[in-house]
Amino acid sequence: MSKKIYLYPGWIRIWHILNTLMFIILIVTGISMQYTGRKDHLLMVGFVRAVRWHNIAAIILIINYIIFVAGNIITKNGKYYRLKKQNFWSDLWIQMRYYTSGMFKKEKPPFPVTEVRKFNPLQKFIYVLAMYVALPLLIISGIGLLLPDITINKLFGVSGLVLTDFLHIAMAFLLSVFFIVHIYTCTLGSKPLSLFGEIISGYHEAEEEE
Amino acid sequence: MKFFFALILFTGLSTYCSPVAVFISEKAGPIGKDTSLYISPFREKNERCFKCHGQGRYEYTNENLGRQVKSLMFPQGIIDRNKFYIANHKSFSCTDCHSEDYTKFPHPGQLRMGMSNNCLDCHGGDEKFAKFKFEEIDSDYRKSVHFKLEDEGFTCWSCHNPHEYKISIRDSKNLKETILYDNNICLDCHSNYNRFQLLSDKGEVNIMKKHDWLPDQAAHFKSVRCIECHSAINDSVLVSHQIMPKENAVRKCNECHSKNSLLMSSLYKFQYQGKSKAGFLNGIILNQSYVIGANRNEYLEWISFVIFTIVLIVIGIHVFLRMRK
Repeated sequence: MSKKIYLYPGWIRIWHILNTLMFIILIVTGISMQYTGRKDHLLMVGFVRAVRWHNIAAIILIINYIIFVAGNIITKNGKYYRLKKQNFWSDLWIQMRYYTSGMFKKEKPPFPVTEVRKFNPLQKFIYVLAMYVALPLLIISGIGLLLPDITINKLFGVSGLVLTDFLHIAMAFLLSVFFIVHIYTCTLGSKPLSLFGEIISGYHEAEEEE
Repeated sequence: MKFFFALILFTGLSTYCSPVAVFISEKAGPIGKDTSLYISPFREKNERCFKCHGQGRYEYTNENLGRQVKSLMFPQGIIDRNKFYIANHKSFSCTDCHSEDYTKFPHPGQLRMGMSNNCLDCHGGDEKFAKFKFEEIDSDYRKSVHFKLEDEGFTCWSCHNPHEYKISIRDSKNLKETILYDNNICLDCHSNYNRFQLLSDKGEVNIMKKHDWLPDQAAHFKSVRCIECHSAINDSVLVSHQIMPKENAVRKCNECHSKNSLLMSSLYKFQYQGKSKAGFLNGIILNQSYVIGANRNEYLEWISFVIFTIVLIVIGIHVFLRMRK
């Protein structure tokens, strides 16, 4: 038996789809800016267009992020991102063991999705790192590159712009890896596409405890 | 969670709290302050000229009137001693270039009608200056749009004021100051309509408006010279003198923002000593600036490629194990 749980309210779904679209635009235009040659390559957006679309997508992403943080403060959704000290490492290990071994033996998930637990411990930890550490650093460094006049000239003898760019590219790379892994883990539902359907409908289909 | 927020806020603010721009002040003085305390062997002799031409006001004895007369020097006749004695021609006596007859006062009127020297008159065909390739600079200049203005009075001196000009790019310690100095040479005519009109009948051009299309215009103006985009690349001379028609100016961003950045053949060619610096392509640019697309780091690219490959392999193995019955 399974029951439907309403886990993704409208604002989360709109935020999520907008975030996804902006992520895709930012990755494509970011790679184009970094790797465009003297003569444009195939699959690369030209530098001028890449800069313009990167800036536009970044501004939308920032506004969207502010909505996400504000929404998590105002609504109940924020509680899903609260990390708990109790059993923190052991829960991470249990979930990791499930992903690397248990699920191949058709074991039941150790932390099934419920109304009070939208994310398993590993998922929650990664989402917190992505949304509250990597993304803010990406945004801050991005603003530094967008407005070079406000960026510090030198830090420990190294150009502030170089450090800012290093931080920006490192965070962008980590979030791109997160993006790929996130898409893959979304195929780990009851059927490969079921979790994609859930973020569109808002309802999660949960196995009822026997 | 609060700790994470505090950490991120601190990192962000500490990096971006400086109101000081990465760029230099607009008020930068004459570049390359002379630290050699150079004393010209002609200092005393030159002072006879500087006595009147060294400032805006001069005095002379009018024998007809029988008294001292104070007068204002015309602006073009004023030569700044301080700038002269740090300029390229600092070791010269005034009469090395100007007629000995100028030592007479009042100066004979016909002297004004004489031809002035150009660079090649002294620097051409001289072994001592061979390494600077003045002949090649001259042939570059003859292909330049400026050469077409020779009949209107354009000369080497239009850009290179013989009393003040100082070569700076060759041994520049502060590239930003060099950029400002070199750009001011162009702006001397191109943003001063009175001077511009001496050579051209064209209407007044607003440089800022003309470059409206350039993203982050102020940053570009402070970080590159006008000639980076407006002159043809010439690897064999110090600075390209072939100024191209505006239609041929560089407009594609990736000419500079790329691995094979144009800047390595122009602005940075005198400092370029190796392929990379700590893994950074075109690393020398990093000493003074940062150019997206031109300053990629090879090591980081390899590390990210390896990490990305490992992630894809792990996902592939995971998919395989899930599909296995």
